[in-house]
Amino acid sequence: MIAIFKRELKSYFTGMMGYVFIAFVLLFIGIYTTALNLKYAYPGFEYVIKSCSFMFLIAVPVLTMRVFAEERKQNTDQLLYSLPISVIDMVMGKYLAMVVLLAIPTAVVSFYPLLIGSFGAVSYSTAYSSIIAFFLLGCALIAIGMFMSSITENQIIAAVMCLGTLILCFLMTALSNLMTSTALASTLSLMIVALLLSLIVRLMTKSWSAAGLTAVITFVPLVLLYLISPTTIAGAFTKALAALAVFDRMNSFTSGIFDLTGLVYFVSVAALFCFFTVQAVEKRRWS
Amino acid sequence: MIEVQNLTKVYGNHIAVDHVSFTIDSGKIYGFLGPNGAGKSTTMNIITGCLAATEGTVTVDGHDIFEDPILAKKNIGYLPEMPPLYQDMTVIDYLRFVAEAKGVPAKTLDGEVARVMAKTGVTEMRLRLIKNLSKGYRQRTGLAQAILGDPKVIILDEPTVGLDPQQLIEIRDLIRELGHDRTVMLSSHIMQEISAVCDMLIIIANGKLVAEDTPENLEQHAESEQTLRLVVHADEEQAQAIIATMGDMVAIRSAKSVGEGETELELGVLSDADVREKLFYAFADEKHAILSMVREKQSLEDVFLSLTGSDATGKGGNGK
Repeated sequence: MIAIFKRELKSYFTGMMGYVFIAFVLLFIGIYTTALNLKYAYPGFEYVIKSCSFMFLIAVPVLTMRVFAEERKQNTDQLLYSLPISVIDMVMGKYLAMVVLLAIPTAVVSFYPLLIGSFGAVSYSTAYSSIIAFFLLGCALIAIGMFMSSITENQIIAAVMCLGTLILCFLMTALSNLMTSTALASTLSLMIVALLLSLIVRLMTKSWSAAGLTAVITFVPLVLLYLISPTTIAGAFTKALAALAVFDRMNSFTSGIFDLTGLVYFVSVAALFCFFTVQAVEKRRWS
Repeated sequence: MIEVQNLTKVYGNHIAVDHVSFTIDSGKIYGFLGPNGAGKSTTMNIITGCLAATEGTVTVDGHDIFEDPILAKKNIGYLPEMPPLYQDMTVIDYLRFVAEAKGVPAKTLDGEVARVMAKTGVTEMRLRLIKNLSKGYRQRTGLAQAILGDPKVIILDEPTVGLDPQQLIEIRDLIRELGHDRTVMLSSHIMQEISAVCDMLIIIANGKLVAEDTPENLEQHAESEQTLRLVVHADEEQAQAIIATMGDMVAIRSAKSVGEGETELELGVLSDADVREKLFYAFADEKHAILSMVREKQSLEDVFLSLTGSDATGKGGNGK
């Protein structure tokens, strides 16, 4: 793992990628700090963090698109497969290199609250818990992007898929508010999701019976739940959608609450997508 | 050293490797031969753990490549068909990375990298970016990567493709040298190349194993089917009558007269014995002169073609 990690980290700095990424993050945070803290004299650094989180929409796909897609393109995946290292080490080495790359601008940014603090009273605890949340949000999004890169051979497709997913996550709260949360609408929407799920099962297993089984298994409890206790299912769909709003998990941190569930959420998303990446890389040997 | 049992790989509805079994003993150079699309690369990819098999097992030095991949892969150095190189690294950085990943101890790492660079002749290119190297040097860097860490088995997939004649000789010498104390398996679709360096040949066609033997044995097998071409001073009927007296040993494959009472004959010799002398006296006794006689030995190339050819037309598969 250490060999992969070192190679990856080094490769960011032999090319432009590492410098561009760090410069991009620092530039964005710098602009917002100048505008909000210095020009308008807001005393809190959390405003800057809150306004800057959308920057990940661009920075993450650019960073992650090449991570696995390029290996396949230049055939080096064959080298990695034939070396005596496990797929988990391979994925974690790459992931940690990207996390370290994100940690560099985050460390620089950590000095900003101190800087602002020398001109007035700043809530350091809010500022630093926001910075921690910002870093963890980035880690979660990088894991999502890495997974997108592992399922395709083309960097551009990986970047576009990652961008699309991140935009969806970014807008999810707004989208879920558009949905009506009556019991019937919620049940129908969940059924559509279940139908899509069984279609995916059909695509993956090429068996209609497995897909049918998935559909039945998901439909029956939904219908039963709708008939027995409509109040439970009302709003379930919007709640499910809201759970996918990765970016909005940061809001409690920036409003001064050190939200442990939020931390657990970010770490879980990162772990889940690292796990998916391992599976995707492993699966490629079978095709 | 390597035991391949019942190996099968199916892509969709195309069978790339079809129940192949063979054993590779240590300390020999194995040639893995077959026409394009025979399943050579697929088999090698499975042996090295780059690809999962549909069926069958591979064990390397007692470790199953699927159950115990890390221990099995520690014994293998692999150069795939396309050398797996990071374009934006220098040769030395790349080799250091591979050495670290292979678990070469930090103390001996520099020495080991220097050793393989010297062996493959890339030392003077060590500070160049791989993307700026020529095809031959890329191939050598790939080879250097494979022999790093001194693995017990070295697997090379078409290692000589794209090399100039001088490099070809150098790489062959290197392979021979490696074969002294290690097991080497190299694939090719060129017969001469393989017969020049290998102790054993494994021939596959259309995913099936068709032969596994030493080049000498295969050649002997070829010699038992020699062909004689002769021009005699006799007409067709006379010639046929004389050859008929020789019994089952020879059979006329074709005969045609070429003017002035001369006849050209092509004879298939069924026995191992040399029948040229007998033929000479048979014609001399009848007062017919033999004007020319040429013995055509079947080369290893022909054996290869005859072994792989009949199968190749059968299924018409040319997939990867």
